[in-house]
Amino acid sequence: MKEKAINSSSGKLWRGIAKNWQLYLMFLPVLAYFIIFHYVPMYGVQIAFKDFAGSLGIWDSPWVGFKHFTRFFNGSNCGTIIWNTVSISLYSLAVGFPVPILLAVMLNEVRGKLFKKTVQTVTYAPYFISMVVMAGMIMLFLSPSSGIINVARKAMGLEAINFMYESKYFKTIYVLTGVWQNAGWGSIIYLSALAGIDPALHEAAVIDGASRMRRIWHINIPGILPTVCIMLIMNCGSLMSVGFEKVFLLMNDLNRSSAEVISTYVYKVGLTQSQYSFSTAINLFNSVINFITLVTVNTIVKKMDQTSLF
Amino acid sequence: MKIKQSKGDRIFDIINIILLIAVTLVILYPLYFIVIASFSDPLEVLAGKVVLYPKNFSLDAYGMVFKDSSIMTGYRNTIFYTVFGTALNITLSVLAAYPLSRRDFIGRQFLTMVLTVTMFFSGGMIPLYLTVTSLGLLDTVWAILLPGAISVWNVVIIRTYFQTSIPFELTEAAMVDGASNFQLLFRVVLPLSTPVIAVMVLFYGVAHWNAFFNALIYINSKQLYPLQLVLRSILIQNTPSDEMMADLDTAASRQLLAETIKYALIVVATAPIIAVYPFLQKYFVKGIMVGAVKG
Repeated sequence: MKEKAINSSSGKLWRGIAKNWQLYLMFLPVLAYFIIFHYVPMYGVQIAFKDFAGSLGIWDSPWVGFKHFTRFFNGSNCGTIIWNTVSISLYSLAVGFPVPILLAVMLNEVRGKLFKKTVQTVTYAPYFISMVVMAGMIMLFLSPSSGIINVARKAMGLEAINFMYESKYFKTIYVLTGVWQNAGWGSIIYLSALAGIDPALHEAAVIDGASRMRRIWHINIPGILPTVCIMLIMNCGSLMSVGFEKVFLLMNDLNRSSAEVISTYVYKVGLTQSQYSFSTAINLFNSVINFITLVTVNTIVKKMDQTSLF
Repeated sequence: MKIKQSKGDRIFDIINIILLIAVTLVILYPLYFIVIASFSDPLEVLAGKVVLYPKNFSLDAYGMVFKDSSIMTGYRNTIFYTVFGTALNITLSVLAAYPLSRRDFIGRQFLTMVLTVTMFFSGGMIPLYLTVTSLGLLDTVWAILLPGAISVWNVVIIRTYFQTSIPFELTEAAMVDGASNFQLLFRVVLPLSTPVIAVMVLFYGVAHWNAFFNALIYINSKQLYPLQLVLRSILIQNTPSDEMMADLDTAASRQLLAETIKYALIVVATAPIIAVYPFLQKYFVKGIMVGAVKG
């Protein structure tokens, strides 16, 4: 509305722009970056509907419609890849979502400042470890010959298991190590939500003789519930996207059947097999699904009368 | 609030602390194990005898790591990418965030939209790859530094900080004194924004240090490889460099040392970050929460 008012007198508009010309100068490189590295590739998405040939370029490559999409949906591994993507997301959500909440609630009850700080410093640390190192650690610890888990199994007279080479373990490894790496970091947001709870509520409850457990259950949990809801919904919004790096690093030919997800498949067909159009089509399909889930989820939040995400 | 604790509450406290200590140990032990294993005799590690402290203390693995030219090149490259990449990220993000934080910046809504759209839509891997290729950036350092040079999310965090934490009266007073917008940004706004800049340096810096994706798809020359790609070939693909193995006489001793080298390598690659982050920890909550406030 404000813009309209300014637009009605273009002299005023230009004076406003001229006065702040330095701001526009600042923004210029930023705009250039977004055009080159975001909007130009968006223009390139059309190769999903074409048979891209490097010699012809994006615009002149022949139009083929939904050929690449149908090829993906009719392909033998389409079901497996989508299933792996969704099941890894859901599994991560089911196991990984409650842990940071629990951790934050527990940390919130600690009185010793130094102890609390130490626990926080330690639990946040794994978040900063690179995915390559993380995958390397997983392989070292799960190694059938020298990994501590198998050394312990052997000491108990059990047989060593080659965890990385059996597909049935892949998802559990992925999820549990994810909890190890991210639980501490994830608890930060809940800790600050807990810090925002009115202390008067606790004081009143103490006077009424409420125990610690009761106060957690009736004050802290309801207090962070809005944050929990938002985080849960945000997580649901990315149900169809599993990050590339970890799966890519942990995957091998023996566990591929339960590891291959959309992002790694897009990389495989796109960059290792140079099927540019096919890969772009799969990626586009995935983005569309992601966007639909996000919008749906946002509408649900609005209906629930919470603050919407965007 | 000083109220005598009931017995139940004291029991609660004890259980809570025991559980938290357990959690801390579960998280700490793997990290600790990596460190002690890296200082131990490979034979003892493989036999599972290293549990609480290093056995037959040895620095051989570190010697190998620091002697290897591919690791050292990777390390140097990663330092370069981290320093210049972070500087570029911060500069561009501030240049994006400051105008967008100003109410009198005409076109602000539209430009905010231009940025936000990219959070939800992207060309994807191949179209970006084609763009980078057609710009002639393939196999150059720019392919690592430029794609992803600005994170919209971080711009939102910085912008929100500028809007909420810097009193408007201050900017107004400087403006009345005839300060230009550049002077405002560099003399007034930035000096007051150390906390948010510190968080951004940490976020962008860690991302550069840990990154391997851009290098994986855009870089072919080994002399441009960042540390993480070198790590990948040694830790994940199990291919220690020939150089590293050349002066070991028997295949068996190579095999053995190859294992402890991995532990030492993890320590060398991760130590800088783990060492820096506790000092910046106090800024985390602030940074994350500013971002959580809806922009």
